[in-house]
Amino acid sequence: MATWVFVEEIDGSPTPGGLEMLAKARSLGDTAAFYLGTGDDAFGVLGDHGATTVYHLEPGDSLPAAGAAAALAELVAADAPDVILFGAGNTDRDLAGRLSARLDRPVLANVLDVAIGTTVTVQSEILGGTTAVTTEITAAAPAIVITRPKAFVAESAGGALPTVVSVSAPDTGAAGAATIAERHVQASEGPDLEAAAVVVSGGRGLGGADQFSMMDDLAGLLGGAVGGTRAVVDAGWVPYRYQVGQTGKTVKPDVYIACGISGAMQHLVGMKDSSTIIAINKDPEAPIFGVSDLGIVGDVHQVVPKLIEALRAR
Amino acid sequence: MNIAVCVKQIPDPATPYELDDEHHWIVRPEDQVLDDTDRYGVEVALQLAEATEGSVTLYSMSPSGSLQGIRQALAMGADRAVIIDDDALRGSDALTTAKVLAAATKRDDADLIIAGTESTDGYTGVVPQQIAELLGVPALTFARRIEVIDGGIRIERQTQSGYDVVESPLPAVLAVTSGAVEPRYPTFKGIMQAKQKPVDTVTATDLDFGADQVGAEGAGQAITAVTPVAARPAGEVIEDDGEGHVRIVELLEQVKVI
Repeated sequence: MATWVFVEEIDGSPTPGGLEMLAKARSLGDTAAFYLGTGDDAFGVLGDHGATTVYHLEPGDSLPAAGAAAALAELVAADAPDVILFGAGNTDRDLAGRLSARLDRPVLANVLDVAIGTTVTVQSEILGGTTAVTTEITAAAPAIVITRPKAFVAESAGGALPTVVSVSAPDTGAAGAATIAERHVQASEGPDLEAAAVVVSGGRGLGGADQFSMMDDLAGLLGGAVGGTRAVVDAGWVPYRYQVGQTGKTVKPDVYIACGISGAMQHLVGMKDSSTIIAINKDPEAPIFGVSDLGIVGDVHQVVPKLIEALRAR
Repeated sequence: MNIAVCVKQIPDPATPYELDDEHHWIVRPEDQVLDDTDRYGVEVALQLAEATEGSVTLYSMSPSGSLQGIRQALAMGADRAVIIDDDALRGSDALTTAKVLAAATKRDDADLIIAGTESTDGYTGVVPQQIAELLGVPALTFARRIEVIDGGIRIERQTQSGYDVVESPLPAVLAVTSGAVEPRYPTFKGIMQAKQKPVDTVTATDLDFGADQVGAEGAGQAITAVTPVAARPAGEVIEDDGEGHVRIVELLEQVKVI
């Protein structure tokens, strides 16, 4: 049984999500990584986490998924993996979708666990994480699976340096004609959202971008990281890397403080497994209270400043 | 510019969703609403059409029902709608949906095919990319800020560490986030006009799909078990009387964060 894992590079290293998936892949049998990145340093990390082969594709100036899907499809035809795991990132989704269409195989998304028996079966949660389903993949291999972040725990396996196979993207013609003209990196401050013990998140209820500094103050006092809902990211109040939820990050901190967040399904799936959840919202009917350990029905503009003041006074 | 917008009618998200016992599919009432995320795609399409003297056609694969959701998008200003409604399509997965939408938009030779990033009810989040691959065109996904440039379009695309500016020739698929634009509200005139706008219904057969290629049979997957996820035990909810923050401090102490 062979499982491949798509791993993307971020800030010069493999993404944490990629290493989490390698841990799962290893438990299923032979493990290889398909790595989209520049850094040679990554190979050692991927090997240490269990990849015995790394297919390496260097990103260029084209939007990568069209070429990467064509390259991956050629490798699949030659080596026939049973399962290919993807994370929930933007490039992961682009690549999984394109590969699915190219190979004529379904995509299973929001997956929390994978098992290989006579067929591949996956566990996922639907309807905002309220319902668990088991799905048997009846289509031919490979199974294309998009996993939820933090579904698995990354763990060093002490693996040796992997065999690195350099791959180039075949010409995909019009499909590959979109180019990246500019790259903008927005500096991040404070602890990593996905690793922080405390996460303070703001939603539309804060009222505006200028109110968001309250979140920074509160997170600073608790040694935590700041997150936001899709609504505030889309509104441009904070950059995308703050986003907690289905298409953003999944967090499981010790304490999650939701400020002015109503609790849409796509937000809840990204934070409902936090150990302790505190919510402040003026609407007593807000779904966020359904997953909270402590809910304060009140105005965030009253409660949060007083909370900040009380913490400062300690 | 001939613009296609893929839209979805979904059960009202304010009501609890149910799965049918036999197939475990979401139960879809006669009256479905326009998926809120699709309003952004429709707005982007209308703005691009206004700038280029183009047209906007909606494409939707669903049991058409009362067409309430489709009329909402027509009332915003779309010119016409094509509904792919066929019992054979029930139980279709994301890839089949993409194949059907790709075939329907190809018939009309669309320059730009716009979709949302993910649907609210199923949220697989790969249909736009699958359509792009099937048509052999670029997929401009996770787009906010979109403009027409000489020979194509330019978008800002969200990335993990910021955003990229991406340029692409047409035809292309464009998947927008809800940050792209502020959707307009239908006017009274728009609502009245929507009732008269053409809505064509086509079947899977019209698009040359056999019954075994689509629907549950073509999905390549079968749900074998469904169980409710244990809900978190209900927590304490209190009305802020000016001292709500004190209870938060107590809880933070209790869990040893401070």
